[in-house]
Amino acid sequence: MNVLNFMQHFFSDGSHWHGYDGIPQRVWEHVQYTAGALAIAAAIGLPIGLVTGHTGRGGNTLAFVSSGARALPTFGLLVLMFVWLGLGIVPVMIPLVVLAIPPILITTYEAIRTVDPSPVDAARGMGMSEPKILFQVEVPAALPLILSGLRSAAIQIVSTATIAAYVALGGVGRYILDGLYQRNYEKVAGGAALTAILALFVLVLFWAVGRVAVSPGVRRRGAA
Amino acid sequence: MNGFFDIPSDLQHSYLGLIALHMQEALIPVLVGLLLALPIGLLCVHYDWLYPPVLWSSTVLYAIPSIAFFVVLIDYTGLTQLTVMIPLCLYSLVVLVPAVVDGIRSVPEETNAAAAAMGIGPVNRYVQVQLPIAVPAIMAGLRVATASSISLVSVGSLIGNQGALGNLLTTAMLYHRPQLAVTSVVTTAVLAIVVDAVLVLVRRVLTPWEPPSGRRSRRLAATISGAARTPESVS
Repeated sequence: MNVLNFMQHFFSDGSHWHGYDGIPQRVWEHVQYTAGALAIAAAIGLPIGLVTGHTGRGGNTLAFVSSGARALPTFGLLVLMFVWLGLGIVPVMIPLVVLAIPPILITTYEAIRTVDPSPVDAARGMGMSEPKILFQVEVPAALPLILSGLRSAAIQIVSTATIAAYVALGGVGRYILDGLYQRNYEKVAGGAALTAILALFVLVLFWAVGRVAVSPGVRRRGAA
Repeated sequence: MNGFFDIPSDLQHSYLGLIALHMQEALIPVLVGLLLALPIGLLCVHYDWLYPPVLWSSTVLYAIPSIAFFVVLIDYTGLTQLTVMIPLCLYSLVVLVPAVVDGIRSVPEETNAAAAAMGIGPVNRYVQVQLPIAVPAIMAGLRVATASSISLVSVGSLIGNQGALGNLLTTAMLYHRPQLAVTSVVTTAVLAIVVDAVLVLVRRVLTPWEPPSGRRSRRLAATISGAARTPESVS
């Protein structure tokens, strides 16, 4: 297997493991971009999704906004922002956030909206206030689905953050682009493998968060 | 015009030519993906054990960035459109297979039983009974896949001008003409919206039995759950 050979050469080369262009440095940059973009997208998408899901209103607007956001080409947005705003982290963050908002927003909305109405009614009958109903009844029940939205956004960001290298920033994408320009396929395969490993790490991370955060009762029902 | 539509000659295409090329590079992979997803989805429904490994491998596949995919493929398919279209086809499968599976699973058991009782064979039952009922779910997946495909074609510009409208982006950087980047982004976004609208229209034509009243809310539900279903089932 050609590609696997490339990967093995890439990872066994000691010079790839330290220094400014070393794997730890590039992975750390990549993690920073991913975490930053995910945090911003969640800060925008989660509250809106929770409120619209709770009230059940604004679904049409949400569907419209998210298909609009999906229509924006990520790579195009990156180049456009770079041309307008110049070198920096902001031109990279904007397309990544735009990419991540639709899955977070729509999944959160759908998760809250499809919570079994009977416990919600029971909570309301017991005199719980609306914010309390949202955070103590609906969110715990909807958490698995909300987390899955965040996870799919995170994976898309991890894979797309590689294009940051095109506008002179770092991250794992550096290997892919440098490899492309240098006709060095070892680097490309290594960069791709690193991205896939990071994505798997995201999957494991969200699985662990789900184990800790989702209440056992909800988890059992989800498994059944 | 202020240079928005002055396409540099090294792109080898007119503005309309770039649009046609973009549609071709974006839609053919999705179409092929749909043709592959229909049998794969059916197999996954029939053999339950097949579904989790298919989901897992497609999730990992989805995590591989498109640029890396393109560059690795150059070795095999050269600097051609095919190099761009193969990864896009695989990405579309990631969205379409769960959509087809969920669509077929949404067919009520009574309907299947009725079809069987009427003597409709397995193949005909799939084509004539299950697929039409699964159309809303499949179309929801198709909309997501098409939008992402149209967006991703642009990345092909990094491997020797195979990105159609995306080539305007690299040219914008090369010649310091931000207007071309604006043209590229706006045109791509408009294309995605137009294609999305066409898909919604096709869905309505294909499912004429959906009652006129309440159609709005049902369509929305299908769209939203379709969009939400994909990340949910890739678990």
